[in-house]
Amino acid sequence: MTDDAATRAAELARVAYGRLLALLAAFDGDIEAAEDCLADAFAQALRIWPVSAVPDNPEAWLLRVARNRRYDLHRAASTRLNESLDDAKHGSALSVVQDHDLDPVPDRRLALLFVCAHPAIDSSVRTPLILQTVLGFDARQIARAFAIPVATMAQRLARAKRRIRDTRIPFVIPERLQMPERLAPVLEAIYGAYAIDFQLVAGPEPRDSLAAESQYLATTLAELLPDEAEALGLASLVSLSLARRPARGRTGAFVPLDEQDPASWDQELISQGERYLQRASLLRRTGRFQLEAAIQSVHCTRAASGVTDWRALRTLYAALLCVSPTLGVLVAHAAAVGRVDGALAGLAALDAIADSAVQRFQPAWAARAHLLAEAEQADEAAKAYERAISLTTDVTSRRYLERRLREIG
Amino acid sequence: MRYALLIHYAQPTVSTLSADEIQAGMAAFHAYAKALDDAGVLLSAEVLQTVGNATSISMKLGKLQVQDGPFADTKEAFAGIFMVNVADLDAALAWAEKCPAAQWGTVEIRPSAVRFESGSWVSAA
Repeated sequence: MTDDAATRAAELARVAYGRLLALLAAFDGDIEAAEDCLADAFAQALRIWPVSAVPDNPEAWLLRVARNRRYDLHRAASTRLNESLDDAKHGSALSVVQDHDLDPVPDRRLALLFVCAHPAIDSSVRTPLILQTVLGFDARQIARAFAIPVATMAQRLARAKRRIRDTRIPFVIPERLQMPERLAPVLEAIYGAYAIDFQLVAGPEPRDSLAAESQYLATTLAELLPDEAEALGLASLVSLSLARRPARGRTGAFVPLDEQDPASWDQELISQGERYLQRASLLRRTGRFQLEAAIQSVHCTRAASGVTDWRALRTLYAALLCVSPTLGVLVAHAAAVGRVDGALAGLAALDAIADSAVQRFQPAWAARAHLLAEAEQADEAAKAYERAISLTTDVTSRRYLERRLREIG
Repeated sequence: MRYALLIHYAQPTVSTLSADEIQAGMAAFHAYAKALDDAGVLLSAEVLQTVGNATSISMKLGKLQVQDGPFADTKEAFAGIFMVNVADLDAALAWAEKCPAAQWGTVEIRPSAVRFESGSWVSAA
């Protein structure tokens, strides 16, 4: 019985945490106070449920307990400060579900996501804030994933939450006109939880990957915003990328995409990603995440067809260049050009990159080395490999490049 | 080319850290040193005791002066050194970016000029 109630509370913490926090924090924008009250409610559940029973609607039960606690604290504080409290207003905000304990708890996580990724919140703290408020991660878990000290992460999170409360960032979903501009940072922040693995190579090992959490957030957002093509595009991108994860050789040697065995890819995630991409394309508003998802989709198609359609990839990268001309995209486009139009054309595309940062951009040197090797310019290829290796800090990628260098020597 | 990655950070942070945080920091430095070593670019690595345990001496004024403390009192103090042997400054920067201390302090990259080896001074170039 005790175990059963504890298991139930743990399950709920995973599924319902964000929903409950979104409702509680919207009351006065005080996320920290809402977190404290929610923690109290979970603690009470662990005490009470084992001896009585798990309630019919445990979410509503938790919300009522947390909300009452929040209300008590608020009343105590305002009495002490002798403030006039707009009881009617707060009362109604708090009683949203008071009399409907058997109805599902309304989902306000969307508003919470827009608060966490608000333009007034520093971009480096948006992803951590979403992980904490929507998924209930503590500062320690988040700090470990980002490979930074716990105290630093806790400080950044606390500061962001104070800012949300003190500057009164509203818990609302943006109007239609503002939506594209406000949605972009939400998408970036959720993608950030996925991309973190590639940014911090020499972090403390072993690090817990947040890729699965990123996929949960992306699919949740897609369900909450079913008419936003880019939200569906992100859900597709993260699902398709995650599907190929087991094949990337995380513990052993680095395995480049075109040498991966499609049999090790997760077919269910691939179908899920394909469905999101189809739904996105029906809305006929293309964008960065849909294009990146389409690129992943082309790679995943190799599982069925046995070949990679480089012509399609070149077209998609050219389109992606129009909306997101980053160094990474420029280099990937040049590599695709090299596959379709020959190594020399690929090298010309690399040479055409004007950004001087390309000189210290490891993927550019790796791509150049591969293209030179293919063009049978062994000496130049060796130099490019050496430069690529010198810029590589990840040991498995280094070994892969060293092997390629030996093969041309 | 040999480079020194000189790590500086605010020293009070060290004494206020919890055992968990110290362990996490040590794990991060271990992974970093291991990555440098695996890549075959690490010459040596040394993390120093806190600046509170520094003693400085000088003969600048004609006689020995011993000072309890660092040579210069700064907000961020020298805390450790990684000597690496890499192709060029870009490669040194790529490694410095990955240094755990970059998250809470500063990593200064200084190319080596000369070094003493097998009885004589050798130019770095």
